[in-house]
Amino acid sequence: MRVALFATCVNDALYPSTAIATVKVLERLGVEVEFPAAQTCCGQPQYNTGYRRATEPLVRRMARAFEGYDHVVTPSGSCVAMVRDNYPRIGAKAVAEGRGGELADAAASLAPHVHELTEFLVDVLGVTDVGAYFPHTVTYHPSCHGLRVLGLRDRPRRLLEAVKGLELVELPGAEECCGFGGTFAVKNADVSEAMGDDKIRNALSTDADVLCGADNSCLMHLGGMLRRQEAPQRALHLAEILASTEEEPLR
Amino acid sequence: MTSPSSSRDRVLGRVRRALAEAPEAPEVTRDYLVTHTPDDPATVLDLLHENLVDYRAGVHRGTRQGLPSLIGRLLADHGARSVVVPPGLPGAWLAGSDARRRYDDPPLTPAELDSADAVVTGCALAVAETGTVVLDAGPGQGRRALTLVPDLHICVVDVLGQVVASLPQALPRLDPTRPTTWISGPSATSDIELDRVEGVHGPRTLEVVLVAD
Amino acid sequence: MSGTYLGMPSFPEAAREAVHDPTLRGNLRHATHTIRDKRARAVAELDDWARLREAGKRIKDHTLRYLDRYLVRVEEAVTAAGGTVHWAADAEEANRIVADLVKATGESEVVKVKSMATQETGLNEALEAEGIRAYETDLAELIVQLGGDRPSHILVPAIHRNRGEIRDIFRSEMGEWGRPAPEGLTDTPAELAEAARLHLREKFLRARVGISGANFMVAETGTLVVVESEGNGRMCLTLPETLISVVGIEKIVPTWRDLEVFLQTLPRSSTAERMNPYTSMWTGTTDGDGPRTFHLVLLDNGRTDTLADEVGRQALRCIRCSACLNVCPVYERAGGHAYGSVYPGPIGAILSPQLRGTGSEIDASLPYASSLCGACYEVCPVAIDIPEVLVHLREKVADQGGKGHRLEGVAMRTATWLLDHPAALNAGERLASRTRKLHPKRLPGPGAREWTNSRDLPAMPPEPFRDWWKKNHA
Repeated sequence: MRVALFATCVNDALYPSTAIATVKVLERLGVEVEFPAAQTCCGQPQYNTGYRRATEPLVRRMARAFEGYDHVVTPSGSCVAMVRDNYPRIGAKAVAEGRGGELADAAASLAPHVHELTEFLVDVLGVTDVGAYFPHTVTYHPSCHGLRVLGLRDRPRRLLEAVKGLELVELPGAEECCGFGGTFAVKNADVSEAMGDDKIRNALSTDADVLCGADNSCLMHLGGMLRRQEAPQRALHLAEILASTEEEPLR
Repeated sequence: MTSPSSSRDRVLGRVRRALAEAPEAPEVTRDYLVTHTPDDPATVLDLLHENLVDYRAGVHRGTRQGLPSLIGRLLADHGARSVVVPPGLPGAWLAGSDARRRYDDPPLTPAELDSADAVVTGCALAVAETGTVVLDAGPGQGRRALTLVPDLHICVVDVLGQVVASLPQALPRLDPTRPTTWISGPSATSDIELDRVEGVHGPRTLEVVLVAD
Repeated sequence: MSGTYLGMPSFPEAAREAVHDPTLRGNLRHATHTIRDKRARAVAELDDWARLREAGKRIKDHTLRYLDRYLVRVEEAVTAAGGTVHWAADAEEANRIVADLVKATGESEVVKVKSMATQETGLNEALEAEGIRAYETDLAELIVQLGGDRPSHILVPAIHRNRGEIRDIFRSEMGEWGRPAPEGLTDTPAELAEAARLHLREKFLRARVGISGANFMVAETGTLVVVESEGNGRMCLTLPETLISVVGIEKIVPTWRDLEVFLQTLPRSSTAERMNPYTSMWTGTTDGDGPRTFHLVLLDNGRTDTLADEVGRQALRCIRCSACLNVCPVYERAGGHAYGSVYPGPIGAILSPQLRGTGSEIDASLPYASSLCGACYEVCPVAIDIPEVLVHLREKVADQGGKGHRLEGVAMRTATWLLDHPAALNAGERLASRTRKLHPKRLPGPGAREWTNSRDLPAMPPEPFRDWWKKNHA
């Protein structure tokens, strides 16, 4: 079984700790993971802002970078949703525009192999207890693309519940969007901020130490607001909690 | 201004151009349920009863024999002194009431209907899953305005022949050429803070009588 | 579409005020959350919801694919049943047809059932210009009309008003339009509904002309269907001598049987009821029952442009339930007025720019009025993939290169170039990491300023992941 890590551009540049944590969890579970260096970004920011044609080189790059791997694992639901949902659309539109089936083929060759981290752990490896230790109170925000496009359902929560020492508390209004939305956060900054404020108010009402998510772009927005407000809660990616062990606890 | 016929051609022409390269539409699927309710008359009737009550209709069960006195009591309980009688309503139904009869022949004016306290009708059928009675202006129901303007509507449902479980069972039994009114509880509104309040322009009181022999 | 709302500022500007209005935020939050939870319960009652949704979607897609045939069929059936069919290519023509029909009756006032199509065409204002007064009879429309206000929701146009505000409007305005509000009117919803009943009753009883839209038109039978709650619809549809219905061409369903799908999905999606209190169905005219004259005005007004777009045409499946508004986090905070159209919320964000085009500032900004969270798609009873259409329309707006989009396009293509050259990307990442101590908390410039107004930037890591990987695994 050849497994590749798709770190994502956000994690590569801003949150390497999440990508490192993903590698550690996978290796602890006996998975030999590779990092194809040709990978960069899935192109979601371009695509969702209306620049489909500017996304196309990245579709090709992604398909080439991960060619031949049985599984491509990524700690970002929205990037998986991009590949699974939008790559085929980009391919179909190119066909409709008379530009041939090359992009459609690239999309079709890649999409079935890409898994969000919790999908890979629960569905492919069949594991919910990954041997983690994290003695803190945690509330979980299911990001929209993971929740609604991928249908991750209770996978992240089952993984968290199996973490030793961890107390999981329900987040009120969990399924409501946090207000990040890519370029939405700057194009509609007032509404985005209002949504983020409500999400944070709900998160703080749980008295949890940690607001956990499985998508660092949402956490960049929520964490940025928590820090700006000097709130007694930190935003943390699920992978980093799963990587934490008694021998090597996350501080 | 364009002439009517040219607008027709324009709109149809635009539709055809818009669809010139559209792929064939996928086939319509109808694998949804014909009914959500077990095929047992008593269960269906109980469900109708429950759903009518849930939307604030009064529900009464009785026999054909007891119908005149039941209707008489309902009219009296609501203080109805005049009652609109649609053409074809069995005369016996009102035998137990001394409310003044207002016959729709010649047709009552809207103002006359407004001054009447109540109307008594039959129905075409009732739908259990939605708590609905359907009127199709047939005998004993009258034209649509009769069940709209008076503030109390007493509607008699024949349990043996007029109750169906679901919408897919109801539609084939109705004639689309007839004006049809589907009534699910008294008039209501959710326009203030999306909270449901019963009683706006239609009858504020709906009493449904389920009659079995 | 009518120009009523054009000249509106872009969505972000219009939303700013609403976001910072605590009363409005409270009203919207209360109302949308109430109905959201009820809808979820009403839908959960039906085990076959997903199959009903798929059937509804396919019936609408099939209708739209053969729309020309079904339009001709509905025309034939309505005519055969004693009605008269008119065709209106745009709002102006629809308003002209209706005004002429009203004038031909000699009347100078009409009663109206709540209708999105006539709001879209700006019919009331057009009639006013011809000396005809149109009375809105739906409670929420009445609140909007008396308040000199604009609708902000498809189902509940006065959703932005709470009970206290409604009482104040009734007290001060009802007398100007007819019967004044009862003495000592309180703000309980039951009393407010009673005040509306009394105020409108005299208008219903004397009305000679009624104007409506329709939720559905059945092609095979020529039957029109109006779904409502209060009975004001029944009043307008049955008491007047003349009935004029203005209906968008996409409201057709092919068969009588098709109603069994939509009469299950529409009430549960909109008012969260198993069935709405009143549904009226009529076919042409009936001797001795209801209006003696019936006119059907079939309205295009941008619908055929929408139909021509292979991705965007799914918006024409819409049955105006407004479930998407009620779950939308953006609508909940921005309110309906910010959308600058009678169609607010997620469906408005894809419908208005298609019906009106993306030429105006507001229409060009609407496709971006979404975080693409997908809650709208999830609840849509005809499975309109609203996020898909939003992104598709963003592409159209970006292609036309208006305000801000030329620079943005350059930035996006530059980003792609960088991301297509990992070595250059890596150099950039290293530079950012090395200078991390120097990054300020708030940044100037478009984008960065909006971001750092309310959020700290993430702390730059000492090195990017790909450098860590090289050191530890390569």
